[in-house]
Amino acid sequence: MTTVTADPAPSGAGLLPKLRRSWDKHWSAWAMVVPVVLVMAVLIFYPLINGVWISFTDQTEANQLAEICTKSITGGEVCKENPNAWSFVGFDNYVNILTGKIGEFWLWAGNTLVWTIAGVTFHYGLGLGLAVMLHRQIRFRGLYRVLLVLPWAVPAFISAFAWKFLFNERLGLVNSLLNAVGIDSVAWFSERWSALLVAILTNIWLGVPFMMVALLGGLQSIPEELYESAEIDGASAWQRFRAITLPGLRPVSMTVILLGTIWTFNMFPIIFLVTEGQPAGQTEILVTGAFRAAFEGIRNYSLASTYGVLILSILLIFSVFYRRVLRKQGEVW
Amino acid sequence: MTQMATSAPVTPAAAVPVSPAPLNRPRRGRRSVGMSVLLHGTLIVASLIAIGPIAWVVLSSFKPGYAVQSTEITLVKDPTLANYEYVLFETSFPTWFLNSVIVAALTMLIGIFCSATTGYALSRFNFPGRRPLMMVFLVTQMFPVAILIVPIYTIMATLGLINTLPALVIAYLTIAVPFCAWMLKGYFDSIPTSLDEAASLDGCGPFRTFYRVILPLARPAIAVTGFYTFLTAWGEVAYASAFMQTDDKFTLAYGLQQFVPQFNAQWEYLTAAAVLVTIPAGIVFLFAQKHLVSGLTAGGTKG
Repeated sequence: MTTVTADPAPSGAGLLPKLRRSWDKHWSAWAMVVPVVLVMAVLIFYPLINGVWISFTDQTEANQLAEICTKSITGGEVCKENPNAWSFVGFDNYVNILTGKIGEFWLWAGNTLVWTIAGVTFHYGLGLGLAVMLHRQIRFRGLYRVLLVLPWAVPAFISAFAWKFLFNERLGLVNSLLNAVGIDSVAWFSERWSALLVAILTNIWLGVPFMMVALLGGLQSIPEELYESAEIDGASAWQRFRAITLPGLRPVSMTVILLGTIWTFNMFPIIFLVTEGQPAGQTEILVTGAFRAAFEGIRNYSLASTYGVLILSILLIFSVFYRRVLRKQGEVW
Repeated sequence: MTQMATSAPVTPAAAVPVSPAPLNRPRRGRRSVGMSVLLHGTLIVASLIAIGPIAWVVLSSFKPGYAVQSTEITLVKDPTLANYEYVLFETSFPTWFLNSVIVAALTMLIGIFCSATTGYALSRFNFPGRRPLMMVFLVTQMFPVAILIVPIYTIMATLGLINTLPALVIAYLTIAVPFCAWMLKGYFDSIPTSLDEAASLDGCGPFRTFYRVILPLARPAIAVTGFYTFLTAWGEVAYASAFMQTDDKFTLAYGLQQFVPQFNAQWEYLTAAAVLVTIPAGIVFLFAQKHLVSGLTAGGTKG
């Protein structure tokens, strides 16, 4: 952030001239961000506020309209008040969801926790391991790198399909291999933990390349001289890793772990397509459970919004907490 | 950190021993045979895991239906192009494919443009609203599809965009642009401001400076942005299934779900379709992969 010139202290003047000066000085910057800000305001912030509002009502696809209009025989339209119009219900949706009256919030939250922790831990751990290996001078480095990044280029829904195919109970490669060594086929998707395991494996496979590439970039920004002098001082490989590599990667790590957590938490297609919540909704995570609860059958807008607000709140609390911990350890961020 | 934007791969000067090693432990870059075997072994296993599922799907796509459905493990069995023929000529696949290409290409072009200008403004100008905007970009990453999908649907309906491709382009931009602007801001930070100052002394305005001086230097980061936006649009399922209603407007991600009837999935056609879907993403990947590491380098570092 060294590139930003400091604002000169505004001399005491009226609001209008101040605005004027501000405009003269900053109009080009504003012009550059205005398209993005506008689109985001319309398509993210309005929907967000609207969503929060809807979560306090009982709107569904069926009762959303205030009036029901029917074409009469004479050609005119007759509008009558909707007898079952939606109404304000306060915290009912939240109470229903959190007490488990509708959906299985706590089961899904538990799955989400396992899913996110497993995903991010392995993404980061494997990504770091591979990045450190690829950072060394070795033969075929370019080839390894391309091969290892390849899963990133595969669209998530295709990866989901490929892994579902591999773990298919009847014709999947994994069960065929198990049979070949004399183990009976496993019905991967008919038991909660094995289904979740397959989904998590898929997600790990999918997410490692991003971490690896980001960390590889971070490694390249650590000055080589640090390692050389540490080596002259007789530091072992493990000591160099602890004392130079990890601290040097800290800024990158903090960012990618936060992003990775948010992305994994909200990762929709894998669970949605791989386990489809099987068996009996026991492997849903919050986002997919919410989607299915709200959009299967009559679309329940208020329920969808309530889940959305809950998910957003969890993530906001997490990131505030995360940043606070970082700041305590002296990270300016 | 002066990361210059040359497209040549970065070669850290690691393995140049200056003087004969006074220590008796192996120097960096000159490791023992066992270590080399271990290193290459691990990388080979990891690479195999990385490409294994893709390779298996590719191999299966050339097998006839009965071989795909059998439990026998064979790499190649009666190779045939029948699955591809079926997908290409008997289904709406070409239409969906075209829709996906249009949506992904538009998302990519507009996405690069928007995130580059925004990222540059965030990196170079201390305008009122800068810090809030950075925070907002991070927070937008947390919005679950479930909360946005209904209101966005309503907006699109009001604008008359339901069942049209622009609806998807706009929706995908809202997903991709915040992250890309963030990433590009990091990269622009690593380009020395002295270049901007020199350009402005030469009489370039802020827009000209950006377009003529900074943008060409940011090519790696632009490549990563292109790759990211393209993939976002190419693989998204939820919005596509909510906004698109008729077969002629489906994108691949949604259209392919039609091959997966609940109990009798047509696996052999799915494998062929999966390969066809992955090819364009692979091509974009090949263009971008050289830049991936250097492009993300600065991007990840600072918020």
